Amino acid sequence: MDYGLLVMGAPYSDPAPHSALRFAEAVLARGHRLAGVFFYHDGVHNASSLMTPPQDELNLREAWKALHERHDVPLDVCIAAALRRGIVNEAEAARHGHSAYNLEAPFELTGLGQLLTLQQRCDRFITFAS
Amino acid sequence: MHASEDFLVVIRHAPHNASWLREGLDAALVAAAFGQSVRLLFMGEGALALCKKQQAGAPGQKASLPTIDMLEMYDIDQLNVPERTLNELNLGLESLVDGVSTLTDAQVSALFSQNRPILNF
Repeated sequence: MDYGLLVMGAPYSDPAPHSALRFAEAVLARGHRLAGVFFYHDGVHNASSLMTPPQDELNLREAWKALHERHDVPLDVCIAAALRRGIVNEAEAARHGHSAYNLEAPFELTGLGQLLTLQQRCDRFITFAS
Repeated sequence: MHASEDFLVVIRHAPHNASWLREGLDAALVAAAFGQSVRLLFMGEGALALCKKQQAGAPGQKASLPTIDMLEMYDIDQLNVPERTLNELNLGLESLVDGVSTLTDAQVSALFSQNRPILNF
């Protein structure tokens, strides 16, 4: 079966990202496909490459990146929700005159249309929110 | 009841409670712009988004009522509130924007049990 995930909780504030990651691993372990993960609302903070948790805690951004590298899962981030919360890639930082950026590949800034496309492509589309 | 394939967006948070309402409505508008038939269900505190006399929030918080008023332009004319929610919040239909219809408990559970895409905010 094809699964898609919608993550709307921030890392370390909300259990949603942890639950979503565990669900993703379980889905793949059962032999299903994970067609993509879409980050919306406070979930966009999962993409920040500046997150620096203590070394004995899971780095959630790195965990998502590892999921992408092992299973080629697209990691799409809503651009409107991200810019509002200070999550920007290099191009958006330049466009808005910021001195730094914190969103890098494999995360991609994209529109809400991508959320709908993903939802339509999947047999099951699961939301993880607070 | 509409056909089972309409897209259901459920709003469960009051206006100005983080950006749940704004971002939920954004998702509904984009779905409608993509040609989907969208139904909005305002449950619990989410029903407060429909109060017609509401104003902007604390300084700097944008009003959300203009977005509610805009829904019709996107052909989103199914605005539903459970009767239970109105009773719990002691709200009358007359205090809400025009065009809202109420649903019984059975109708609400039917909405969720039919096979349709659902997004919760």
